[in-house]
Amino acid sequence: MPGKTKVLERKPLSIAERTYLPQIVTGLKTTLSNLFGKTVTREYPEQPPPIPDGYRGVPTLVKDPNGREKCVSCQLCEFVCPPKAIRITPGLIEEESEDAHVEKGPEEFEINMLRCIYCGLCQEVCPEEAIWLQNIYSVSGYTREEFINNKQTLYELGGTLPDEHLKWDKKKSAEDEGNPHH
Amino acid sequence: MSDNGDQELVEIFVDDQSVKVPPGINAIEAAKFAGKEIPHYCYHPKLSVVGNCRMCLMEMGTPMRDRETGTPIMEEDGSQKIGWIPKPVIGCSTTISPGMHIKTESNLVKDCQEGVMEFLLVNHPLDCPICDQAGECSLQEFAMDYGRGYSRYTERKNVKPKRTRLGPRVTLDDERCILCSRCIRFGQEIAEEDVLGFIDRGSFSTLACHPNHELDHNYSLNTVDICPVGALTSTDFRFKMRVWFLKETPSICTESSVGTNTLVWSREGKIHRITPRRNDAVNDTWMTDSGREYYKRVEAESRLNQFQINGNTADAGAAIQEAARLLDSGRSAIVASGQQSVEEQYLTKMIADHLNAPVYMARHWEKGDGLLLSEDRMPNTRGALLTQLTTKLPQETLSELGEKMNSGEIDTLLVAGENLIDLGISNEQINKANVLFLGTQSNSTSEEANVLLPGLTVFEKNGSFVNLNFILQKFQQAVPGPAGLIPDIMLLGKLLHRLTGNETPTNINSVWEELSSKYPEFTGISFANIPTEGQELDGANYTQLDFPETKSLKFNPVNS
Repeated sequence: MPGKTKVLERKPLSIAERTYLPQIVTGLKTTLSNLFGKTVTREYPEQPPPIPDGYRGVPTLVKDPNGREKCVSCQLCEFVCPPKAIRITPGLIEEESEDAHVEKGPEEFEINMLRCIYCGLCQEVCPEEAIWLQNIYSVSGYTREEFINNKQTLYELGGTLPDEHLKWDKKKSAEDEGNPHH
Repeated sequence: MSDNGDQELVEIFVDDQSVKVPPGINAIEAAKFAGKEIPHYCYHPKLSVVGNCRMCLMEMGTPMRDRETGTPIMEEDGSQKIGWIPKPVIGCSTTISPGMHIKTESNLVKDCQEGVMEFLLVNHPLDCPICDQAGECSLQEFAMDYGRGYSRYTERKNVKPKRTRLGPRVTLDDERCILCSRCIRFGQEIAEEDVLGFIDRGSFSTLACHPNHELDHNYSLNTVDICPVGALTSTDFRFKMRVWFLKETPSICTESSVGTNTLVWSREGKIHRITPRRNDAVNDTWMTDSGREYYKRVEAESRLNQFQINGNTADAGAAIQEAARLLDSGRSAIVASGQQSVEEQYLTKMIADHLNAPVYMARHWEKGDGLLLSEDRMPNTRGALLTQLTTKLPQETLSELGEKMNSGEIDTLLVAGENLIDLGISNEQINKANVLFLGTQSNSTSEEANVLLPGLTVFEKNGSFVNLNFILQKFQQAVPGPAGLIPDIMLLGKLLHRLTGNETPTNINSVWEELSSKYPEFTGISFANIPTEGQELDGANYTQLDFPETKSLKFNPVNS
């Protein structure tokens, strides 16, 4: 026989132990105390969590209070995006358009949510305050294509930004007024 | 000049640092020798000096001498006293003199630069997010490097016309213009089409075309290149892509035998624009507008991108095998081209030598403009001479070939990109013969070809051309070619291998090994060591040929 073996004597169970009753009662006590106590879990997804300020959810594009798309397709977000999730096709705003004074806008704007890491650099870098990470956090779909948000989707998700700058309106009114001597 | 022919250098002091520079240059260029930058907008090395932007203000002093006796005035420590000019001077119109001192970093200079930047920015719109120049804008760069960093201007900025069409290829945004007048001087001095000028002078100075004129000459896009801000923009490139995404690849323009040095700007395999690359021996800093359009051939509808045998799609190996079979069994001739690179011409010559086939070349001579568009519209006619692919200049028509085809002396043609119909060969003759077509764009000849061997454009391969001054210049691959296509060198190398059974060079380095060992003009050259500014070759053997080129920017005909 290799090594030394010490045989321990197994003690016989008491009557209380053999009925399991004390253990069941202890268990039920814990269950009942939680059943009528304060709730610690949330009924997700029926009950969504509160979203704190500055939360970084799905990036979206926004329009200004006049309904003009704020993005001018400068492509800084595309440049800064670490996982290369953003793809912009820049376009010219035609001279007949109401926003002709802005000159440039996105022809197409795609954000690939399979690539996006919600870092918020696009929002930080945007010189026009056009891209915002808002409070949508749960993205689902059946195909890869569904995860690529195009320009239309991005504006639907984004809505309107209630800002007061209206930088381009000021530009347009300056243009309309012209120079003092003209 | 000294005895050995070198220019004697002049010693000057830039921020107390001694540096030897060639005589006659101005302070901006001299400071570069000391590794210092003097910021400037209106000064351009290839244009006259006007000194209107005031950005290159600096301090300057010269060693003092007694006015009556001419003896140097010395400091107490024994060095010559420097007479500093009490006010700042502009660097662009200050020609250096021996012993001159300049200060580029003193407090006075910094004050000047901040002041000038502030004035320039007063009426400059905050257009950077929509401005095409962003990323390569001197105003952006110098505002960061030499500006004060914040604006004290609270009044309303001037309003000027935006989106003005100056010509078919140039759009002007007057608000962004800083009135440096580079574009005006370019028109007067280089293009010699004086159409631009300032109107409404004063606070509202505006750049405009003279009445009933527009900026439509073939060099108009150079004004976009030299515009230090985003005022002049290329209508073709406008709002297409930000420059910081683009990769620059050095290339050579194939428009004519001038061989303009270019940069090809591409992103993810798509070319967005072509701009000139400075080469003082070839094109200075200019290029034609028409040459900038050549990138559109990459994705043109006429682009050939499939190997074909008798109109049916084939793979590269089968097409080359079929081409070799036809060449081997027939009585062949070769129609080579000055569009082929030196390496391709060499391999074409190897094929011609093996088959004992005559080589024909067609001339594409048109009117030159005396600047950067020469009469010979083939970029590499001289390469064909140097590789001995041909010994005479290309002919006007291929009537000699046509006669031989009629007499049955020739029944198989290897054509490099040329359209035989334009060169005096009839449709019936083409139909009767076996035609192997190697090229990038379809034409009436390629449509009739028995074997179609699609090639790569100059943007998709490596190679070299010899320009009208016998300068060997290399171009590099900027974007990948269409799927399934192989470089022309590999294609011709494989075809040669099929024909001879010998091991043949199929890449650019092995071709150059053979070129440098076989031809005295190419001795000691490998593809890798061709300098970016080109290498001058010995063209003495070809002076008796009657080349079509007349005087242009950097070319003087030998015979005149």
